[in-house]
Amino acid sequence: MRLLTRRSLALGAAALFLSFEAAQALADRTLLNVSYDPTREFYKDFNAAFAADWKAKTGETVTIEQSHGGSGKQARAVIDGLQADVVTLALAGDIDQIAAKTDKLPKDWASKLPNNSAPYTSTIVFVVRKGNPKGIKDWNDLVKDGVQVITPNPKTSGGARWNYLAAWAYAEKATGGDEAKTKQWVADLYRNVPVLDTGARGSTTTFAQRGIGDVLISWENEAFLVQKEFGADNFDIVVPSLSIKAEPPVAVVEGNAKAKGNLDVAEAYLKFLYSPEGQKLAARNFFRPVDPSSADPADLARFPKIDLVSIDKDFGGWTKAQNEFFADGAIFDQIYKPTN
Amino acid sequence: MAMSDRFLPLSHHPERATSETAPTKAVLIAVAGLFLGAILFFPLVTVFIEALRKGWGTLFGTFADPDTLAAIRLTLLVAAIAVPFNAAVGLAASWAIAKFEFRGKNLLLTLIDLPFSISPVISGLVYVLLFGAQGWLGPWLDQHNIHIIFAVPGIVLATVLVTFPFVARELIPLMQSQGTSEEEAALMLGASGWYTFLKVTLPNVKWALLYGVLLCNARAMGEFGAVSVVSGHIRGLTNTMPLHIEILYNDYNFVGAFAVASLLAGLALVTLLAKTFLEWRFAGELAATSRRH
Repeated sequence: MRLLTRRSLALGAAALFLSFEAAQALADRTLLNVSYDPTREFYKDFNAAFAADWKAKTGETVTIEQSHGGSGKQARAVIDGLQADVVTLALAGDIDQIAAKTDKLPKDWASKLPNNSAPYTSTIVFVVRKGNPKGIKDWNDLVKDGVQVITPNPKTSGGARWNYLAAWAYAEKATGGDEAKTKQWVADLYRNVPVLDTGARGSTTTFAQRGIGDVLISWENEAFLVQKEFGADNFDIVVPSLSIKAEPPVAVVEGNAKAKGNLDVAEAYLKFLYSPEGQKLAARNFFRPVDPSSADPADLARFPKIDLVSIDKDFGGWTKAQNEFFADGAIFDQIYKPTN
Repeated sequence: MAMSDRFLPLSHHPERATSETAPTKAVLIAVAGLFLGAILFFPLVTVFIEALRKGWGTLFGTFADPDTLAAIRLTLLVAAIAVPFNAAVGLAASWAIAKFEFRGKNLLLTLIDLPFSISPVISGLVYVLLFGAQGWLGPWLDQHNIHIIFAVPGIVLATVLVTFPFVARELIPLMQSQGTSEEEAALMLGASGWYTFLKVTLPNVKWALLYGVLLCNARAMGEFGAVSVVSGHIRGLTNTMPLHIEILYNDYNFVGAFAVASLLAGLALVTLLAKTFLEWRFAGELAATSRRH
């Protein structure tokens, strides 16, 4: 017993010392960015660039901490008290939730920065296995018998909601605006989904690492990343005839940033996303920059031209879309029945 | 002493077990061996193989990453707080239950078992409901700028809750079967309560205590569910090793994920080896303690 106590005391002291040392190394300012899943690689690059820029301008060392997860889940964590200085989530609806449930950011947060506070956009494309063995060219091929589609759960994933709306927009156009037929078409699509992961990154690993499914409905940036990580000779990207303009928004969580004395650096951080350097890094990490002028032309050339519908013009904004499609008992609940 | 009867060693059982025929014995051993090999040993080996897929250099590179080091440090820190705490409280609770008669004893026993029977996710969520910004104490904590969940205190609390029963569950049956006669003798000879505890009770249970502490430690380092709920997943800050493994995996850093997994599995193996070594080294003493009850 004496031996045991001494051992655990020594261990505790060592651990405390080490963590104290780590805290020392992280001195100056720290900023917490709570983000969604597929931005991991982008913010790794961007944070380094911003820290260098901030150091040059103010002489201060700023360390940016990152937390990533499904967009809805991350919003929930901020509502429950995660001390985010900034949120960079998958869709405006999730930041609206934080504004509605806490008083940490104003209801009109989206008007604080250009382009509805979305510094980069993306869209939804398909990833198929090399050579496209099932011959998938457009949305219509996804409802065929024997095609397995991988997409995450729209209840928890932001990307999944964009996927769903892009599919809906296509079906609406294909059926000439007939709502019953559109509903049936989308129901047919989800009948082909064998597993609904909780986040976009989970779906990507299901498809690419575990080898399940014939086609992955994916963020465009995530699709490029799959090719980069798993080899372009293993996967093809298929661009559908119609998709949706996804605008992942950013906001300062003013309540938290003020309490931590970080308001200035948090605002500068988000503004830097719109700077030539931020836009260039976004394009390099497969996000479509809102101001392409400063991006590398080679990066821009990778983005195909697609007909894009818009959440505001075609679906009446996120609040309406959320209530109509994804709320409890709304259309998604009516059409989705797990296939066992 | 109806409670202690439940835990008395049933001495006639061993003979009945050994009277089985040789083929039955062989089949039972083979089934157990195959089962352990298939669901335990083989997957464990693949963890180490995956970690070494890109060679030793990449493996060690993982451990140079500051976020990985921070996760290892946090795991050790959490275990260094949770394990001694649970050892002390578990010992006190077992002492109370085994040596004294009081009302509500069965309720206390049930409560000690509760963390085993509820899902770890719930063990984490109760703290969010209690200390979260929308929780009961949230606004008060916020006013006083105290952070519990999504910070280290929440992770420690969740770990303490989940690992609480290990020490107590090891000690209670043993202490109950030992009864109170030795303590009564010591007290009658004029020893103080504290002296009796140190010189009589503690030596009698030290092996069970050690075993409980090792199990508690293994679980404290490995806990995922409850910690995941209260962590907030801030890299380099609130990720323990199990959470960091998931993050690396989702970063497409499969080698890194399996490297950290190997280390975690390695720590568990070291724990087991330590236990085996101590049992072997102190075999005489151990036998003496177990002969006494």
